[in-house]
Amino acid sequence: MTVSMTDTWTNYIGKPVNRVDGVAKVTGTARYTAEYNVQGLLYGMVISSPIARGKIISIDTSLALAVQGVKKIYSHENVKDMPWFDISYKDMNLLPGSPYRPFYSNEIQFSQQPIALVIAESLELARYASTLVRIQYEEDVFETSLEKNIDKAFTPKKGKAGFQKPKSRGRADRALKKADVKVEADYYHGAEHHNPMEMFVSMAIYEPDGSLTIYDKTQGVLNSQSYVARVFDIKHRKVRVLSPYVGGAFGSGLRPQYQLFMAVLAALDLQQPVRVSLTRQQMFSFGHRPITWQRLELGASREGMLQAIRHSAISETSRFENYTENIVNWSGRLYMCDHVKLDYQLVQLDVNSPLDMRAPGAATGLLALECAMDELAYTLGIDPLELRMRNYTERDPEKDRAFSSKNLMDCYKQGAEHFGWEKRSYNARSMRNGKHLIGWGMASGIWDAMMMPARAEAIITDDGKLTVSSATSDIGTGTYTIMTQIAAETLGIPLEDVTFALGDSKFVFAPYEGGSATAASVGTAVWNVCHKLKDELFSLAKDIEDSPVKKYSIDDVVFANGKIACKDNLEQFLFIADVMQRTHTKSIKKKSADLAALIKQMGYSRNTHSAVFAEVKVDEDLGMISVTRVVSAIAAGNIINPKTARSQIMGAVLWGISMALHEESFLDHQFGRFINHDYAEYHIPVHADTPEIEVIFVKEDDPVVNPLGIKGIGEIGIIGVAAAVANAIHHATGKRVREFPITPDKLL
Amino acid sequence: MNRFTFTSAHTIDEALHENIPGNGTRFIAGGTNLIDLMRADVERPDHLIDIRHLDLQTITDTEDGGLRLGALVKNADTAYDEKVQSRYPLLAKAILAGASPQLRNMATNGGNLLQRTRCYYFYDTATPCNKRVPGQGCSAVGGYNRMHAILGASDHCIATHPSDMCVALAALEARVVVMGKESKRVIPFSEFHRLPGDQPHIDSALLPGELITHIELPANGFSSHYQYIKLRDRRSYAFALVSVAVALTLEDNAVKDVRIALGGVAHKPWRNTEAENILKGKAAEELNFRNAADIILQEAKGYTYNTFKIELARRAIVRALAEARDLQAPEPLNCYTYNRHHQL
Ligand SMILES: Cc1cc2nc3c(=O)[nH]c(=O)nc-3n(C[C@H](O)[C@H](O)[C@H](O)COP(=O)(O)OP(=O)(O)OC[C@H]3O[C@@H](n4cnc5c(N)ncnc54)[C@H](O)[C@@H]3O)c2cc1C
Ligand code: SF4
Repeated sequence: MTVSMTDTWTNYIGKPVNRVDGVAKVTGTARYTAEYNVQGLLYGMVISSPIARGKIISIDTSLALAVQGVKKIYSHENVKDMPWFDISYKDMNLLPGSPYRPFYSNEIQFSQQPIALVIAESLELARYASTLVRIQYEEDVFETSLEKNIDKAFTPKKGKAGFQKPKSRGRADRALKKADVKVEADYYHGAEHHNPMEMFVSMAIYEPDGSLTIYDKTQGVLNSQSYVARVFDIKHRKVRVLSPYVGGAFGSGLRPQYQLFMAVLAALDLQQPVRVSLTRQQMFSFGHRPITWQRLELGASREGMLQAIRHSAISETSRFENYTENIVNWSGRLYMCDHVKLDYQLVQLDVNSPLDMRAPGAATGLLALECAMDELAYTLGIDPLELRMRNYTERDPEKDRAFSSKNLMDCYKQGAEHFGWEKRSYNARSMRNGKHLIGWGMASGIWDAMMMPARAEAIITDDGKLTVSSATSDIGTGTYTIMTQIAAETLGIPLEDVTFALGDSKFVFAPYEGGSATAASVGTAVWNVCHKLKDELFSLAKDIEDSPVKKYSIDDVVFANGKIACKDNLEQFLFIADVMQRTHTKSIKKKSADLAALIKQMGYSRNTHSAVFAEVKVDEDLGMISVTRVVSAIAAGNIINPKTARSQIMGAVLWGISMALHEESFLDHQFGRFINHDYAEYHIPVHADTPEIEVIFVKEDDPVVNPLGIKGIGEIGIIGVAAAVANAIHHATGKRVREFPITPDKLL
Repeated sequence: MNRFTFTSAHTIDEALHENIPGNGTRFIAGGTNLIDLMRADVERPDHLIDIRHLDLQTITDTEDGGLRLGALVKNADTAYDEKVQSRYPLLAKAILAGASPQLRNMATNGGNLLQRTRCYYFYDTATPCNKRVPGQGCSAVGGYNRMHAILGASDHCIATHPSDMCVALAALEARVVVMGKESKRVIPFSEFHRLPGDQPHIDSALLPGELITHIELPANGFSSHYQYIKLRDRRSYAFALVSVAVALTLEDNAVKDVRIALGGVAHKPWRNTEAENILKGKAAEELNFRNAADIILQEAKGYTYNTFKIELARRAIVRALAEARDLQAPEPLNCYTYNRHHQL
């Protein structure tokens, strides 16, 4: 007899378990970085540059310092002895170039660059004093327009961590010339800033022994820890970084932001606790999704078989770092096509370096590719979904190897079925409801299923309680919950007995939470460490006198329902807590092993896929657009928790809609400055804009990626959404708008 | 933000006499606009007088059959007031088209009239702005002027007045009752807000130190044929690109009386009585509506990013007039019915 799923109530993987931190979050007991208070806390206010490029001539702090309660004002004038070398400022995101160093010199490299830091006894005082600091600048000529500087585009020699040089194949130029049918189109989208609800903030507490305890808003406590250790030349073990809850980050927390530097600088100098928080306006002072221009050329046979793909992209970057992302690469990987030419270039401008934002590169590249595919479908007179199916590829055509798993076909099929795609009438402007034109559009998505080295540590105590920890983060994604599920199921103990701890640099290594890799990487480590506990518990169990498992091997028992039971006779069991008590084992502690499985993955391409279907209605006269329905079908391996996963996809879909219709940080070239820098004017969808979103996870078993078959779902949900919406708008109105966001004026 | 002192006034008299005219003192009501501006260092008052407790909190009938709205009644309470909903549904609808439920719960009627432009440059002290600092220059003329004016602007300022409520009040020909230290004045709505001219730093006819006490609505609320259309970049919580308030009376399918007020296009809610007069007596038909729209927009001038507003306004006027004409018995308004049935 074997144990079936149904009678094992400690099977949590794949179940819609409520967030384990949900109650803490809705009752306010989950404390975010800015909510920690300590005695004698000082507050910092950052002064930002009003100019985009130039030099600081003088800083007059006398008026500000005269205000009672103002402690000190930092700027390049009094911050000395900081390291010279770029290497000291490098973080895990590893951009080629020379990282921005706060207060390093009088040089201004971008608008809103931090110029000075005012430290005072209250936030209000710091804020007031910051208005009293008189700064004189010498302005230089600056360039912030991608369009005007497109002739300065160059191919970056080196990329940042994770950048893959685009690989062309075949002879696309010739194939394009010979193709039966061609489409060629240029696409453009503006800059976007992450704008998580929680603003960036760090609090540095100077301990009597000279060590630092830091609360930081970050996606990686170890990244912040090593940055602080290197920049301030302190031993790693004397820097502890905590970030138990993060109010959204979307990539903006992948690099230590400047408030961390500043809080530490002041805390070390004043030997007092200091908190530095940014304002909403200052949230527009750092990285962003780069403004990108793209050209797509597709050649196909009359039957709709792709004969050539040419995809070029030009993005902005700063003058001091080459921020690179994988924009064009996907065009060589999504469809079967022998001739692909890819080109990716950068233009350096007087702006801050761009920064990874949810599905960096893919959100951009597939916007263009999937709009162009729709244009091709309409040039050929083929249904857009049918066109994609005809060009389906079972193998990765770029690397010419198998996918570890790929079930995009079921995404197409199930997505179409749930959406009712077959009822669509092909012609543009052929569906309407009164004064509203109705349009249906679709697009595909692809993203990497990554694994990064990560570890977990676990302790089980003789009351049967398990604590697992790892220096990973939960940026709202549900890390706490799914790790708890994995641990509980692997050891077969109740969820309530498991605590997962994260966001502390004291814990064992985990990379920052990015690239949709956390569930797979940390999840595997948790699984692994729990197996090690299992082994140990099992050998203890065998030691017990009269043990029912004495003659069994570990493969012949099951850990479930809080017990170790014999598979062939479930009535024969031991409670896990009893095993420990009866062997006088107070606790067992294990660390996960580095995984050999990584080798096995090498031979395969590992990706997640999606198909997204959108319905829009457009007021024919007034151009008002609303998205009324979205179906998103996702193939992303094993879904640990369909509830938190669905939330991830819904949020991502909404962001895709935002990219299509609303979102842009407008860069004013008179000042080289993002000008709509608040929530009132930086538009993202509100509830009234939120359509019905149906999320489907198609079945995808993947034994290659990792033992649990996890691929990660943090980013795939946004990819293709903007294209699906744009394609729906074309279907509704007959208009191709290739400049994003598609605001109503573009439809008049 | 600067340093300031703060007192709470309990009577109108107290409020008026605490007030040191000039830039130094500001009344604070809901604070939804003033506090934001102070945080951005745009407004730097030395002294704030909290007027939230003044006895201007009710909506009452006037002798001539109209309605008197206390300056401190919340925008939300005004929109949901039974008398306003039944007799001035245009006003209720315009208010509900503005901001968000949270903001409307805080914002007061007086504050709504005096909210300042949302021009990006006005809000960013790193950029020159004549409205903020007279003589500095206008950054919007050569900048990102998508939200800016197409009517009545000057070279000194092309900002718009952002209010929705005021567009309806302009159409309804409300009166603004204000108190100064010495006397009370009643200002016709059309004269309350002003065009920028060469003094864009002055938004309204209110004199320094004067307090808005009430807004009076004349008896005719045009409750049978009205419409408020707001066109914006998202379905809620965004300022109007263009909005139109229409108040209409019909007689045998002809226009007997009509008011057309535009929002989001000028430094004040925009009326053109010439166009309205021409429409009076004409058949209530699209052709005549279009003609009226053409007259209203005859002098319109676009800038780099906002030229679309001219055509958008034209179409919105025609649509609003047609919908006002065709209006059936409307259902009571709240933010849910608004979002469900009154959105475009
Ligand atoms: C994000 C956001 C979006 C918004 N969207 C919209 C929108 O779409 N449509 C819209 O119409 N509005 C919108 N608003 C603006 C909102 O309606 C105004 O902020 C609000 O009406 C102001 O009222 P208040 O009572 O808060 O004014 P306060 O901020 O208290 O005061 C504003 C000004 O009026 C003065 N004042 C207030 N009361 C009196 C009085 N009785 N006598 C003399 N002076 C007085 C104050 O001194 C101050 O100068 C939005 C606001 C925000 C923040
Ligand atoms: S339009 Fe008016 S408010 Fe805007 S920058 Fe120009 S002067 Fe200032």
